[in-house]
Amino acid sequence: MKRWRAAAVPYLLILPGGLWLVIFFAIPVIVLISLSTQQGNIVDGFSQTFHFANYASAWDNYHDQFIRSLLYGAIATILCIVLGYPVAYWIAFRGGARKSTYLFLLLLPFFVSFVLRTVSWQYFLSDNGILLSPLKSAGILPENFRILATGTAVVGGLTYNYLPFMVLPIYVALERIDPRLVEAAQDLYATRAAAFRRVVLPLSLPGLFAGVLLTFVPVAADYVNAAILGGTGNTMIGNIIQDEFLTVQDYPTGAALSFMLMAILLIGMFSYARVLGTDEVLEVAAR
Amino acid sequence: MTARYSRRAALQLGGLSAAALTAAACGVQGAAKQQSTAQAESAADKFWKAQKPTGTVTFANWALYIDPDHQTLKDFTAKTGIKVTYDEVIQDDSSFFAKIHPQLASGQSTGYDMMVITDGLEFSELVALGEVIPLDQSMLTNFHQNAGSAYQHRSFDPGNVYSVPWASGSTGIAWNPKYIKTPPTSINDLWNPAYAGHVGMMSDPQEIANFGLFKIGVDPENSTQKEWQAAAAALKQQRGAGIVRQYYDQSYINALSKGDVWITMAWSGDIFQQNLSAGTDLQFIVPKEGGTIWTDNMMIPKYAANPVAAMQLIDWYYQPRMAATLTEAINYITPVPAVQDIIKSDAASAKGSDKATLEAVATSPLVWLSAADYARLKNYVPITSKNQSTFYGIFQPVVAG
Repeated sequence: MKRWRAAAVPYLLILPGGLWLVIFFAIPVIVLISLSTQQGNIVDGFSQTFHFANYASAWDNYHDQFIRSLLYGAIATILCIVLGYPVAYWIAFRGGARKSTYLFLLLLPFFVSFVLRTVSWQYFLSDNGILLSPLKSAGILPENFRILATGTAVVGGLTYNYLPFMVLPIYVALERIDPRLVEAAQDLYATRAAAFRRVVLPLSLPGLFAGVLLTFVPVAADYVNAAILGGTGNTMIGNIIQDEFLTVQDYPTGAALSFMLMAILLIGMFSYARVLGTDEVLEVAAR
Repeated sequence: MTARYSRRAALQLGGLSAAALTAAACGVQGAAKQQSTAQAESAADKFWKAQKPTGTVTFANWALYIDPDHQTLKDFTAKTGIKVTYDEVIQDDSSFFAKIHPQLASGQSTGYDMMVITDGLEFSELVALGEVIPLDQSMLTNFHQNAGSAYQHRSFDPGNVYSVPWASGSTGIAWNPKYIKTPPTSINDLWNPAYAGHVGMMSDPQEIANFGLFKIGVDPENSTQKEWQAAAAALKQQRGAGIVRQYYDQSYINALSKGDVWITMAWSGDIFQQNLSAGTDLQFIVPKEGGTIWTDNMMIPKYAANPVAAMQLIDWYYQPRMAATLTEAINYITPVPAVQDIIKSDAASAKGSDKATLEAVATSPLVWLSAADYARLKNYVPITSKNQSTFYGIFQPVVAG
């Protein structure tokens, strides 16, 4: 009896979370997949006709927005690495006793709504706002120059909003590195650059990998930044999916697009894991 | 008594959710069956005969679309004893429809007894799906007595079977005189290359289609699919030439005030309110080729718990005094013509800044459209479930860029 109980414990532990995921993730995904091959409209109802052409027409109409989303996602992720790695490094190795204060400061923006912060960028970047107005009157920028309603503003907003998702996992990885390893490298006549390249960087790769996942996936699916900061040529796939469901009421196309986005991101993620050469990379990332 | 779930009930519940899942996997239900107007009317008679008065009513409305201190609602409660729960939950028709339709389709009450919906796709869908209750005409005495004739005869709801107007407004062109020196008069001003990068257009395909059609000289209400395509081509050319800065939701008003946008499609009441509240000097016109008129309507959703109280509240707003208080606050076009004289006399007896504001409302060309304006105002492209996918297939790619 006791043994049976001991064996059951792990399953009992996974039960609440597992049920939660089955009910609120698996079932909606199944419904979504089914919806994506249906035809009809709201008034007459949608019926299952296995109309796979929904996928083809969705791709024909919206491949530009797909590619743009992946591109913006890639640029924003790289910018997050460039900006976030040094911050994580500094907090991990030079943060001293105030580490947790710095981490708290990093998370501070999350106490204000995501949408509100993005809207505040609108005011900051406005054509005649506090940033551009002085530069224009000083003659540094032409009168017609703008940042708002461009791809630059969208990528900037994405980078800003998702930066902490990059910094935190890198920090966790760096924080675990034993400083004596770096000292040992330097004792063996490695320059500081070489010690970083051969010791610190490889050891922080799992954190970097997790950071890329946590940043790229939500960034590529984001729709807030393009809606608030973008212009006519900056629509992302998230905006299209939202419009298909809410404005156009074309549920099948919206579902097909969502499912395609999910598939593209999953394939991208696994090939990325393969290229990085770690079989258990997800496990490493989770550590 | 404590409700206990027997094993059998649990099995039934499991079977039910499995059935629901299968149903969802096979399709999404639409209207059970379409009703004729006569059928709907006799069903309505039966429905209303069975209803009893209740002591509360829940009202779903758009933000900033009522007198700010809710005096009109307080007066209603004082007079009738009916408590009003007022909810500013509607951001736009499409997302509100997306919220209530699944509830109504699965037989649940939305919790609202009354709501305000624009004449457009969602309006016709709610009617076609039978998700709104036909109004009890015998309770609309104030409406029949005081509403202007145009507001008693509306093409989208003949006989006012499902709705009566809350307020109307027009979609036209607004501009910021700080950046544009020659006042625009024509739809072509939205295509003017001199304003490249500073022209705002609306993101709602139903709005933008009308302006594309005006550009090519077609009346939206009687437009054909060929003309839709030509209109979409004109709109795409405008986008491709870099003239459009962005396709906006209501945020166009901020962009216009800040000077990011110099000239834009706009809703009449927004411009008036912005000038009052932010001290801006924005201007609004109905272009000579045409603008659109829309009407927001009070409706009663199916499964409403307090339909009699909702009818009382709906008719309450057709007393000229209540309609006047409302118009003074929201600055949109009122369906009650007697309101103008009341606002004028309010202005005469008011003092200070209130007086100036009321005088502005009493004479505003945005609230009291001239006969020339009315002549230029057209109805929207009529969208139904039949032409919906064609229509959106043509105009959604314009804003999706």
